Amino acid sequence: LTDNAVISSRFSPLHQVHVDAGASFTDFAGWQMPVRYSSELEEHHAVRNAAGLFDLSHMAEIIVAGPESAAFLDYALCGKISAIAIGQAKYSLLLSEDGGIIDDVIVYRTHENRYKVVANAGNRFQAAGALAGRSAGFDATVVDESDQFALVAVQGPAARAILEALPGLELPSALADMRYYWSALGTYEGSEVLVARTGYTGEDGFELYVTASQAESLWVNLMAAGSEHGLVPAGLACRDTLRLEAGMPLYGHELTTNILPAQAGLGRVVALKKEGDFVGRAASEVGPPEDARVLVGLVSEGRRAGRAGYPLFAGGADGDAEVGVITSGALSPTLGHPIAMAYVAPQFSEIGTDLFIDVRGKRIPASVTALPFYKRKATE
Amino acid sequence: MTDLKYTAEHEWIRTEGNVLTVGITAYAADKLGEIVFAELPSAGSSVEAGKVVAEVESTKSVGEVFAPVSGTVTEVNADVVDNPDFINDSPLDKGWLFKIEVEDTSVLDGDEFITVDEYNALIGE
Repeated sequence: LTDNAVISSRFSPLHQVHVDAGASFTDFAGWQMPVRYSSELEEHHAVRNAAGLFDLSHMAEIIVAGPESAAFLDYALCGKISAIAIGQAKYSLLLSEDGGIIDDVIVYRTHENRYKVVANAGNRFQAAGALAGRSAGFDATVVDESDQFALVAVQGPAARAILEALPGLELPSALADMRYYWSALGTYEGSEVLVARTGYTGEDGFELYVTASQAESLWVNLMAAGSEHGLVPAGLACRDTLRLEAGMPLYGHELTTNILPAQAGLGRVVALKKEGDFVGRAASEVGPPEDARVLVGLVSEGRRAGRAGYPLFAGGADGDAEVGVITSGALSPTLGHPIAMAYVAPQFSEIGTDLFIDVRGKRIPASVTALPFYKRKATE
Repeated sequence: MTDLKYTAEHEWIRTEGNVLTVGITAYAADKLGEIVFAELPSAGSSVEAGKVVAEVESTKSVGEVFAPVSGTVTEVNADVVDNPDFINDSPLDKGWLFKIEVEDTSVLDGDEFITVDEYNALIGE
């Protein structure tokens, strides 16, 4: 077996809690984060059927504040951030001048003139640096407060019931009234908490941003509140299969600086109709070349999954025309068959197109399918 | 268990006469995650030391298993194909992968085959 040992140095404020819970750890963007506690398959199923508790404290929180925050974010990001209301959240992209994706972020408008921009851990410094650089000329400040926050996510159909049973949480209105991609500032044991109905699993769920010193109390009390609802601690291994089933892109896999949003199916996120310039606008208006590869879903039979980097071929099992490459793939725990996301030449992107995955020298048939692979049943 | 040999590639080898039973270690299985797929060599096939002869996959990753020695595969563990979790739950017993017949077991005297203590030191335990 090959073993990729990685030296890493950063620890979540919840690290000791995870050690005590028997977690296995993995390096993620320089952080030692729980990859699983016992069984990633059980954790995956728990999130689909009950709830899972994730420590996402490695994520980066960048605070944008000042009278021109909205105008600044409209310029720095590709979405129309000025259009969101206080309490609302928006998925957006930080583009380069040539339209490539520097990071994908969620922006929470927490106050009239204050926003929390949540970036990927691996892009923390690129995102904070780009935002700071773009703020010149705007009456707005950009402060990377990542080290002050912990982020805990409760995801799954029981998430709301668990949060409702959490002692010490005070919110201005009932959780039941919080819509998807909305949030509220409240208090947890007297300290400020941002509770958002967001997530990365394809299930209902909430993300809670607290000061790092509150993280352990929050985690322990959530586990206690969730015990009768089937809540389990959940690691990054199941987070990856959950988001893949939900067709959600992962930076570094589906999204890179060499990918334009339109290729990733994120054209709708780029607000070309908004007034004023934004970084990446000119390149986005031109768009990718006609023959640029586009993101698709792939399904196959059996149990052997295509993995990131595996090439795709057309023209039958012996075809020598490489037409794409897988960016993420796994045996889907929910569906029971392999799934993958891949970039393919546009003429092979139609649903139902038959392709072959080169799995370390063996050709496995796969079929282009619509994303997402999994969609939760509507509730309430 | 006393006669188990290990490799730096996280395999264990048990010797019975001229037949070597090969599996992966608990440490390796745990690092991979829950194994959901195993592909084993064909019984009767010849394998060459250092070449990939089997693969075990978790939802997250793929582990390649190398032939620790050259020889002929006499038997493979069909049970782990149906129950790949045996590799996690019982790596030294029900999770064995394949058996290789060698002409001379002295091949295991080489430096690349280490004791359990040396293996544990290697993985930091």
